[in-house]
Amino acid sequence: MTSAEERGRDLAERARSGDRRGLARLLTEIENRTRVSEAALRVLYPMAGQAHLVGVTGAPGAGKSTLVAALVRAVRATDRAAAVLAIDPSSPISGGAILGDRVRMQEHAGDRQVFIRSMASRGHSGGLAAAAADASAALDAAGFPFVFLETVGAGQSEVEVASIADTTVVVEAPEMGDEVQAIKAGLLEVADLVVVTKGDRPGAQRTAAQMRAMLSIGAADHGAADAGPDMSAVEHHAAAGSDVSAVEHHAAAGSDVSAVEHHAAAGSDVSAVEHHAPAVGPDTPDTAPATHAMSRGRRRPKRPQVLLVTAPTGEGIAELVEALDRRLAARTSGALESARLARAAAQLDGILTERLRSRLHDPRLGIEVDHLVRAVAGHELDPYEAADRVMERVAPAR
Amino acid sequence: MSERPIKVLIAKPGLDGHDRGAKVLARGLRDEGFEVVYTGLRQTPEMIASAALQEDVDVVGLSILSGAHMTLLPRVCRALRDEGLTDVLVTAGGIIPDDDIPALHEAGIDRVFGPGTTIGEVAEYLRSHARSRGDA
Repeated sequence: MTSAEERGRDLAERARSGDRRGLARLLTEIENRTRVSEAALRVLYPMAGQAHLVGVTGAPGAGKSTLVAALVRAVRATDRAAAVLAIDPSSPISGGAILGDRVRMQEHAGDRQVFIRSMASRGHSGGLAAAAADASAALDAAGFPFVFLETVGAGQSEVEVASIADTTVVVEAPEMGDEVQAIKAGLLEVADLVVVTKGDRPGAQRTAAQMRAMLSIGAADHGAADAGPDMSAVEHHAAAGSDVSAVEHHAAAGSDVSAVEHHAAAGSDVSAVEHHAPAVGPDTPDTAPATHAMSRGRRRPKRPQVLLVTAPTGEGIAELVEALDRRLAARTSGALESARLARAAAQLDGILTERLRSRLHDPRLGIEVDHLVRAVAGHELDPYEAADRVMERVAPAR
Repeated sequence: MSERPIKVLIAKPGLDGHDRGAKVLARGLRDEGFEVVYTGLRQTPEMIASAALQEDVDVVGLSILSGAHMTLLPRVCRALRDEGLTDVLVTAGGIIPDDDIPALHEAGIDRVFGPGTTIGEVAEYLRSHARSRGDA
């Protein structure tokens, strides 16, 4: 017991002092959810909270790893260190995994200011590994100003990363669906930034334009953000024209929205969209009182900035890093704070669940779980009654 | 807590571009319950050692078909030692003449798998030889 605590404190110390081997070992302990890791995290947690924890998610093959590699390159160009935690799925059959995200990150293999760690999901659903939050905290405490958390190839509802990361970047490959895909609930809703990758492919700019048009709907109240300045709104005003609303209002006015898309397709880069859009659509401030009233008292949808990048050439990446830095600079203003509250709640919830579950099997409490499960399976006992009986032992109500 | 999977780095040192074998092995080990980190082609010994360190793997498996094994494999072993990774099992596979094997053992390669080795044999060897990790 004591030795686990000593080893945990030792690993924490080594991780803090820049010992990469110590950090690597600590991450293994964290992944295995050991007592050593718990002891280390008790030491490290108060030192974490300095890093910008950026979640990168999207469908398999959308370009997450390539984007992360490009982000690391851009961050290194500003002389800052970066850590990457890349999750790949574990086999539900064998428990094994192929962790292949490093393939796209080879250029950083020799850089000692970059630390890349692959992690298998080990049966955890939601797009991450159970240890992802703790591992991120360790990398944060080890002093990396950026921690990129790359999820498994995500479907529409694997949104857990949004409860762990400060900023959630959703990666969309071109031509993966129409505008209806862009307005579906789920992954895109949790995006703080949407990045359309493979910008050199035909259709990339069209996809970006569609994303902009669809994700800005319901954006009427950006002047009255409930928790401080909305970053996407700031971005919106900072842009040369009122790009997104131009598209939107153009459509609303009954004109042909494809005209805007046509301009986008004809332009040589994404700024063409922003440049042309105001010319074809009225540049009016976007106000829609009805939408505002409807969203009152509910959580407002995010209005993610949409960026178009070509990761291998680095096009658009500097802008993405700037957007990330702006978001961090506004950390006291609400958006980031609520992300961190969500993370803390998720962490606490996870630990409580884990502890409750381990008490379930504590022989001293004498809970016959198997017996209860069998009784429920045989319909002799309803599952609620079974849960009540367990709770009486584990945490009796006063 | 269930036993944790053994973590293996599969790497291709040097310049040969043939990684079908490495990928087949990675896939096979996945099916045997290993967590396999695959790093891609054309790795320098330093890149392999750095990846092994960051990933904290139990095993490094080197695939080499170019004939440069007598040059590259000892360098990989040295790079691993330089990073302090002395408790990692190091294996090699590919086209390696039997005559070269003793020298490779000498250099720090624990086992050489020749053509025709089954995935099952590799898995069994790794399970029984991946060292229980010390308090490094």
